[in-house]
Amino acid sequence: MAKSPEEEHPQKAFGWAAKDSSGLLSPFHFSRRETGDGDVTIKILYCGVCHSDLHNVKNEWGFTMYPVVPGHEIVGTVTKTGKNVKKFKVGDRVGVGVLVDSCKRCESCQQDLENYCPQMILTYNSYSQDGTKTYGGYSDIVVVDEHYVLRFPENLPPAAGAPLLCAGITVYSPMKYYGMTEPGKHLGVAGLGGLGHVAVKIGKAFGLKVTVISTSPKKEEEAVNRLGADSFLVSSDPAKMKAAINTMDYIIDTVSAVHPLAPLISLLKLNGKLITVGLPEKPLELPIFPLVLGRKLVGGSDVGGIKETQEMLDFCAKHGITADIELIKMGDINTAMERLAKSDVKYRFVIDVANSLSQ
Amino acid sequence: MAKSPEVEHPNKAFGWAARDTSGLLSPFNFSRRATGEKDVTFKVLYCGICHSDLHMVKNEWGMSTYPIIPGHEIVGVVTEVGSGVQKFKVGDKVGVGCMVGACHSCDNCTNHLENYCPKMILTYGAKYYDGTTTYGGYSDTMVSDEHFVIRIPDNLPLDAGAPLLCAGITVYSPLRFYGLDKPGMHVGVVGLGGLGHVAVKFAKAMGVKVTVISTSPNKKKEALEHLGADSFLVSKDQDQMQAAQGTLDGIIDTVSAQHPLMPLLGLLKTQGKLVMVGAPEKPLELPVFPLLMGRKLVGGSGIGGMKETQEMIDFAAKHNITSDIEVIPIDYVNTAMERLVKADVRYRFVIDIGNTLKSSS
Repeated sequence: MAKSPEEEHPQKAFGWAAKDSSGLLSPFHFSRRETGDGDVTIKILYCGVCHSDLHNVKNEWGFTMYPVVPGHEIVGTVTKTGKNVKKFKVGDRVGVGVLVDSCKRCESCQQDLENYCPQMILTYNSYSQDGTKTYGGYSDIVVVDEHYVLRFPENLPPAAGAPLLCAGITVYSPMKYYGMTEPGKHLGVAGLGGLGHVAVKIGKAFGLKVTVISTSPKKEEEAVNRLGADSFLVSSDPAKMKAAINTMDYIIDTVSAVHPLAPLISLLKLNGKLITVGLPEKPLELPIFPLVLGRKLVGGSDVGGIKETQEMLDFCAKHGITADIELIKMGDINTAMERLAKSDVKYRFVIDVANSLSQ
Repeated sequence: MAKSPEVEHPNKAFGWAARDTSGLLSPFNFSRRATGEKDVTFKVLYCGICHSDLHMVKNEWGMSTYPIIPGHEIVGVVTEVGSGVQKFKVGDKVGVGCMVGACHSCDNCTNHLENYCPKMILTYGAKYYDGTTTYGGYSDTMVSDEHFVIRIPDNLPLDAGAPLLCAGITVYSPLRFYGLDKPGMHVGVVGLGGLGHVAVKFAKAMGVKVTVISTSPNKKKEALEHLGADSFLVSKDQDQMQAAQGTLDGIIDTVSAQHPLMPLLGLLKTQGKLVMVGAPEKPLELPVFPLLMGRKLVGGSGIGGMKETQEMIDFAAKHNITSDIEVIPIDYVNTAMERLVKADVRYRFVIDIGNTLKSSS
C-alpha cells in the first residue's frame, strides 16, 4: 500500500496544497527525500505565484493530481549538500524553476534543452524517478538534484527576482531562439501581466523598440512611463491597429486566454515572427493566407533549459531587471489567487514563505 | 474611354480567356505592348496550368476582373529584345512565372524579394504600370521586362520545366528559407499534387529523406517507386501516424483544403517546422500546447524572388528535376480544369501552346 505524503520520505516538510478543483489551498504536511549524493536541500525564502499555479490548482488543464503543492519560482538558501555536489555549498543563495529532473541522455538534454526532454520532471505535479509525486515551492524546504538548481546572483533581490525563474526564462528563451535581439528592431508584447511586464524590461535591455499591445487602455501610463515601453497599442481599437499594420519585427504573445491571432499577425512585417508563450485551454484560429503572403511564422516556446535559465538570471542581474511584485503572506494565498484570476496584480504575487509559513 | 483589349496595344495577340465566374475559357483576341527598351518579347511554346489559374478563372479569391487570360508557368523562345536588354537575345529559351513588375526601390525589391513587394504586379489579372490589364500565358506571345524573365538552361525540357516557374519555386524557396535542405534531415510533404510531387524531387536532390503524407493510400506506389520518396504515411491511419510521431525535422504542407494541423504538429521533432505553401481560405485550428511543448513553429511561404527563381531553375537543370506532366492541346483546357478540380492529373497539365494555339483570324 502506498505511503501517505507525510511518510513516504524521511525529511519532514510543510506547505500549502490544493486538495480539489475548487483550487483552495490549505496547510499540508508532507515529506522530502533524503539529501542524495547529487542533491541540494534548500530552505525556501520566497516563491512567486505563477498563473500556471492557478491553472493547476483548479485542474484547468485536466492533469492535476491532488493534493498539489504549487510553486515553481523558488528562491532560498542551501542548508545541506550531498557528497558529490560541486556547484553549491551551505549558505548559498539559489533558485529552482519549473523543472527538477530529466533523462540527461536524450538529444534535448545533451543540448542543454532539458525543458524539451520527453521525460522532463516538473517541480510540482509530476512523478519523480522513484515514483513519488513532486511538490512545489509553497513549502518550507525542497530537495533538488544540483544540476537543476540555479545560482541566484547576489545583487538580484531575492523576492523580486523569484518570478524570473519562470516568467523571466519564459520570455527570454524565445527572444534568443527566434533571434528577437537585434538592437533597433521592433518588438510587440501582447498582454501586460506577469510575463508581459518582464518581456518589456528584457526587450528594452536588448536595445529593442517595444510596443505593448493590450485590451486595457488604462495600462498605457504604466507601460510607457514606468516599464519603459516605447508605445502602447489598444488591440480593441480598429483604427489604431490598422495604423500599426506591418510595423513589428516580432511579437511575444503572453496572453493565456483564447484570443484572435489574425490582428496580431497583421502587425508583423515581412518575415515577422509571432511567438506564443501563453497556454490557452482551447486551440486558436490561425489564418494561413497572411503567413504565406508575408512569409510569417507562429512559433511556441516553453520556459528554457537550465544553462539558459542561469544565463537569463545573470543577464537580469547585470541589467537590474526584476519583476514588479506584491509580497504576500502564505495565509493570503487564496485571496491572491482570486485576484490573479481577475488579473488584479501588478504584476506578480510573491509569497514571503520564510516569514509567513508557520505550522 | 478605355480602349478594348484588341486595340489598346500595337501588337496583335491571341489567347484563351475566361469571361465570367463559370470559368470557361474560349478564344480571345487582344494585344501586347510594343517591345519596350527593357522588354523581352517571346513566342510562347508551353504554359503550365496551376491550381491558382482555376481559382482565378472562377473568381474563388474574389479578386478576378474579366476577361482573364491565366497562365504563369510560361516558357518560349525570344523573338525580340529592347535596346536596353542585357541578359537575353533572340533565340534564347526563356520563361516567365508569377510576376511581371515590382517597384524596384523598396527593401524587399532590394533584397531580391520582389514577390513580397507591396507593388508587385502579377503576370495576369493585375494592372500594369501603364494602367492596362496583364494577360497571362494561355496566349501566343508574352512581353515582359527582362528583370522578370528567367533563362531556361539548355538541358531542361521546356514542357516539363514550365511548371517549375510556379510550383517549383513555391516549394524550393521554403526548403531553403526554413533550413529544411540539409543532407540527412527528414522532411514530410503533405499532399501529392502539382506542388507536392515537385517538393519530393527537390528535397531528395538536396539529400533529404522524404516522407509523403497523403489521404490517398493508392498514391503510395507512385510516391515510393516513381518519385523516390523514402516512405509514405496515410494521414487518416491513426496507427501509422502514431508510429511516426516526433520523426520529422520539417513538413512542407501543400494542401489548400481545410485540414487539421494537430496530427502534422505531432509528426514534428522538437523544434520542427510546419511550412504552409497551400493557402486554405478559412483559418485552421492551431493547438497551442504542442507548439509550446516542442518549440515548434508554423510558417508560410509564397513563391520566391527572381534571383531565387533563377537559382531554382538552374538547380533543377543540374539535378534533372522536371515536373511530371500531361501535355494537352488548348481546346482541351476546359476539360483539364474540370479534371483539376478532382485532382485527376499526374501532376500538372501543360498546354502545348506552340503547336495548338492558332488564331482563328
